[in-house]
Amino acid sequence: MTEEILFQIKALYRDDFRIRGYRFGNGEDSVCIMGSMRGNEYQQIYACALMIDKLKRLEEKGRISKNRSVLVIPCANPYSVNTKKRFWTVDNTDINRMFPGYSLGETTQRIAGGIFDEIKKYKYGVQFASFYMPGYFVPHIRMMKTGRENIELAKQFGLPYVVLHHPRPFDTATLNYNWQIWNTDAFSIYTTSTGNIDKKSAEQACDAILNFMSKQEIISFRSYEGYISRVVESKDFITIRAEKAGFFESCVSAGGKVTKDNLLAVIKDPYTLRVHQEIYSPQSGIVAFVHNETLAYQNTAVIKLIEDEDML
Amino acid sequence: MPNLKDAIIEVVSAEMPVDERLMIKKHRIIGTDKTIGKRICIVTGIHGDELEGQFVCYEVSRRIHENAGALKGIVDIYPAMNPIGIDSVTRGIPAFDLDMNRIFPGNSDGDMNEYVASEIIKDCRGADLCIDIHASNIFLTEVPQIRINELHKESLIPLAKQANMDFIWIHGNNTVLKSTFAYSLNSIQVPTLVVEMGVGMRITKEYGIQLADGIFSLMNYLEMWTDSNMNKKTPIISYDQDGTDVIYLNAPVSGVYVKERDHGSIVHRGDKIGNIIDPLGGKILFEVTAPDDGWLFTSREYPIVDAGSLVGRILKKEVYEK
Ligand SMILES: [Zn+2]
Repeated sequence: MTEEILFQIKALYRDDFRIRGYRFGNGEDSVCIMGSMRGNEYQQIYACALMIDKLKRLEEKGRISKNRSVLVIPCANPYSVNTKKRFWTVDNTDINRMFPGYSLGETTQRIAGGIFDEIKKYKYGVQFASFYMPGYFVPHIRMMKTGRENIELAKQFGLPYVVLHHPRPFDTATLNYNWQIWNTDAFSIYTTSTGNIDKKSAEQACDAILNFMSKQEIISFRSYEGYISRVVESKDFITIRAEKAGFFESCVSAGGKVTKDNLLAVIKDPYTLRVHQEIYSPQSGIVAFVHNETLAYQNTAVIKLIEDEDML
Repeated sequence: MPNLKDAIIEVVSAEMPVDERLMIKKHRIIGTDKTIGKRICIVTGIHGDELEGQFVCYEVSRRIHENAGALKGIVDIYPAMNPIGIDSVTRGIPAFDLDMNRIFPGNSDGDMNEYVASEIIKDCRGADLCIDIHASNIFLTEVPQIRINELHKESLIPLAKQANMDFIWIHGNNTVLKSTFAYSLNSIQVPTLVVEMGVGMRITKEYGIQLADGIFSLMNYLEMWTDSNMNKKTPIISYDQDGTDVIYLNAPVSGVYVKERDHGSIVHRGDKIGNIIDPLGGKILFEVTAPDDGWLFTSREYPIVDAGSLVGRILKKEVYEK
């Protein structure tokens, strides 16, 4: 393992802004694993740290294939993590809306550009991503439909779901999208949580990446069989919204199985605790997403289901 | 004195979690002469920290009431598209950390913000002109200007020329801009001019008066306002689809920026525009100079800069001399 500074900005009063990378193996740039780009992505940092630990042990055992190298970047935005801000500390811009970046541009364009210069040459790119809404997710691989997405490769992670989604205008400036445009096979991996650490799902995500790398013969590792991934389009998720704003109480967790008419969640009036809405499952399926904040705003998508008629 | 019809109308509302409704309101003024069925929308406050449009809304309404007989058609004034942002000194939508100008045209089945955005678009649909007033941001000061996406330049340039602004900047299309308010309205044939002027968190009264003059000039052009004595500047126009008309001055180092030249200055190659200083070490870290002759139409207001922060924009001399 070698540790290096991939990008740095000298600051006026704070310690310098540094993006640190951990490199394993030698030769061909095979896999790059990207962690947190936003200040609230603690789980993404944690998952990378687990990955660094596992790769270090594999490397010590000589299990990284010849002429293959792996780079892990646990955090591309330490400044925002340390100030508990989600986005860039000065102008509130999102590094993951600045790719491919621009070395002569604004600060977050420079950061994105500095990272992308280092990582655009990798054959495979894996990003521990977070959703724009606060909540828990069923672990899955997410790919943007750019016309270059390779679904068969995505299945090799062995996670229960591969979710395909149509890029919206702002998605074109994300790392995942630009990796694909620059001919990297790019995958976003969603674990259960973001702002708090879920060890089990971080472990599952790391195993999935090891699975994938072993199938590409980047490491030799007795891989877990994993799941036969089901491919779903994000537009086919069944979205259930809060009819009224209030206190949200969930009765299910992400990844849980539900059948039609199961009670999924309750929304209560904050002053009287009177029940505004009882949310029942319209269908049998898997809970793909659950809102995880006490307050639910009117029309917020609080639960998303993946339909499954065969669920018993 | 002829009578105007005036009403404060709730455009859309949504319930907040604890005993509060989010409300977007407009002031509708209907002219006395109903033979002209035209309507103009004056919109501001999509970014909650941009306040220059607040004075414009007031001033337009004041002048209409002072000269009620001159108005034909309908004026809708929306001073606060993002009212909780304005109230809490927040650029985006508080609690969602979301830029409201990235969620249009919205979605009537979407979350609260997408729903609100879609109702706003519905309300502006069919208008003959919309003016979306921005105030740069808290970091930069801008000369009064209109920004136009090249896709909509044919319909918008003739209108923009009537708006009494100093500058019209026609820029290249960018996918990200598809989710702006202006793009959404222009796509449904509501000509929408985006004004950028002044600086965030402040009101520059002279700019407010200049734009109010421009709005009456536009209304006059649309035959909604009869007045013979209109202020109408001839703007500098940059057809900058390829992005070569403007020099961007980005700070090469982090520090404290102290400007030497104000926005709107004519600068010559080598002129000092500002210094990036280090108060701890008592040194100048970098002297920002003009790389070429031109017009400094943007300048940095907020002193703290990171490496990369924009400190100014210069329109090249050959562009405005043409
Ligand atoms: Zn704005």
